[in-house]
Amino acid sequence: MTKVYVSSVIPAPAAEVWKLVRNFNALPSWAPFVAECRIEQNAQADQIGCIRNFTLKDGGRIRERLLALSDYDLSCSYAILESPMAVENYIATLSLTPITDGNLTLAEWQAEFDCAPDREAALMHQIGHGVFQTALTALKHRFGR
Amino acid sequence: MVKVCQSTIIDAPVDEVWAILRDFNGHDRWHPAIAFSEIEGGEPVDAVGSVRHFRLNDGGELREQLLALSDKDRRLSYCLLEAPLPLMGYVASLRLKPVTDGNATFWEWRSEFQPPAHRRDELVRLVTEGIYQAGFAAVRNLLRRRSVGSPVETRPPHAMVGPTPLASMPRAVSMAAPGQAATTRAIVVERYGGPEELQFKEIGLPPPAPNEVRIRHTVIGVNFIDVYCRTGFFDLLQPPGVPGMEAAGIIEAVGSAVSGFSIGDRVAYACPPVGAYSERRNMAPELLVHLSDDIADEIAAAGLLKGVSASFLLHDVHAVKPGDIVLIHAAAGGIGQLLVQWARHLGATVIATVSSDDKARVVERLGAHHVIVYSRENFADAVMRLTGGRGADVAYDAVGNDTFAGSLAALAVRGHLVSFGQASGPIGNWDIGRFASKSLTISRPNYGHYTDTPEKLAPHVARFFQALRQGVVRVEAPTRYTLANAADAHRDLESRRTTGALVLLPKP
Repeated sequence: MTKVYVSSVIPAPAAEVWKLVRNFNALPSWAPFVAECRIEQNAQADQIGCIRNFTLKDGGRIRERLLALSDYDLSCSYAILESPMAVENYIATLSLTPITDGNLTLAEWQAEFDCAPDREAALMHQIGHGVFQTALTALKHRFGR
Repeated sequence: MVKVCQSTIIDAPVDEVWAILRDFNGHDRWHPAIAFSEIEGGEPVDAVGSVRHFRLNDGGELREQLLALSDKDRRLSYCLLEAPLPLMGYVASLRLKPVTDGNATFWEWRSEFQPPAHRRDELVRLVTEGIYQAGFAAVRNLLRRRSVGSPVETRPPHAMVGPTPLASMPRAVSMAAPGQAATTRAIVVERYGGPEELQFKEIGLPPPAPNEVRIRHTVIGVNFIDVYCRTGFFDLLQPPGVPGMEAAGIIEAVGSAVSGFSIGDRVAYACPPVGAYSERRNMAPELLVHLSDDIADEIAAAGLLKGVSASFLLHDVHAVKPGDIVLIHAAAGGIGQLLVQWARHLGATVIATVSSDDKARVVERLGAHHVIVYSRENFADAVMRLTGGRGADVAYDAVGNDTFAGSLAALAVRGHLVSFGQASGPIGNWDIGRFASKSLTISRPNYGHYTDTPEKLAPHVARFFQALRQGVVRVEAPTRYTLANAADAHRDLESRRTTGALVLLPKP
């Protein structure tokens, strides 16, 4: 099992950041590499089990199922159903924690997955840096002053 | 039940912050509200169930018990057992998380407790601001002092690494590989951090270079400087590396260009480069000392670095004269014990400070004229009382942060403060203009500058061995640990419950 962990400080209160990221269908509005996204079968975007189907700007298609969403813990978990990345048993969690000193937010994004051993380093970089950190940096700029 | 939660971002790597916070007894070194702390019954500082007994600056005494500690999650929790305030049922936890895009640390500190209704707001404010927010600021300050404080404080190693050729620096520890002939077991630090970073491993040991000898260690000395190397406070050790700067042993191989040493010679050393926490090592022989038959290996390994230090502190940095009044902090520690005995022999009146009654008895037996238990009594006031308002001529202070201001206050006119360590943390920045009020002198001696050539070192070694032979100083049998248990030795040393010296024994 490979693990990836990435975190950033977002310059906004956690409740405000959560309003944006809790929407499982809102990736295109803040993640710079996502072109478009829809929730399959007209489900609600906060319904456990719903599936988001999105296209990357490079043309790749990914389907992910929402596994958990907590408005108390400010966290959501999801699994990849289909992707061009050749990963298995991929489960990721995005969570927010308030930083009381300055009214900021700690955003953490972590994933666990299985893959071919020779692909591990490249995938860790691609997911940790190319996806999670890139998206968190975009989130930072979006709330930046 | 009220809940309090405070969190902040500290601009330092998570392991560095955790190394500070995981020491359950270390809070008196950074939290401004706390004057003194000790672990009851000599438990290790990170043992679940251990109880810290501490005193606030306002005199209040508290006891808190460690309930959980996880180095993996960088989280610990504790509860209050006794306190001067009705923080009923107080259970607190703190945890750290890395911020990966800036090498910073997220620190959350939360608690629950049940205050009496009429004091609820007051107690919530006290915990929120007086304990948590003040603690955040204090750790931030501690780290800032360490990183940008005086360059001499944080980087003495450049000066301390003596004339030893770079070839023998055990910087890059090569792990034992199959097919490699010689190996040795050693304690390896792969990254800076707590005692748990002291890992017992098999490492490669190349044949000695032409200008080196190979020593099989019999006894290895443990010193506070090894803790600074382990935490990265001093950069004498670059991970991965083997700590340790003092040992005794037997020469088992000699390089072709070496003269004056033969296989089978008994030797000891107390100098960089680091690497003593090993069964065997190669080393340039310039600073090796031959041991005569009447000096046991254990005494040499437990006493050489401390004895040489005591020699130059009492004779060179400040020449102690008969009739001088000498103040010695941490007097029950390895070097403190030597200073007390030796200063008394030189004819001085010795005032010693210690942290507990048990240590006071140790120091009294060594001949201190007056012993102050500084956890119970303001030592600067006590020195003034004992000297009829005159103060001490010289203060030897290896405690640092906790004692520096008091040491200045305890000095006589034209007194001399010799600050040679910082067991409780760096002393911070001081305005020297204030020293004019008593025409004070301050010294900050660096071990390397007094010992880095055979010419400088030899007189101190000779004087120390002579003092041992004549019974001027006695080195108590040290506390022994196996080499594999070096981490326990560090835990005990840092918890300040040890007296005298600590040594590590490699298995034969």
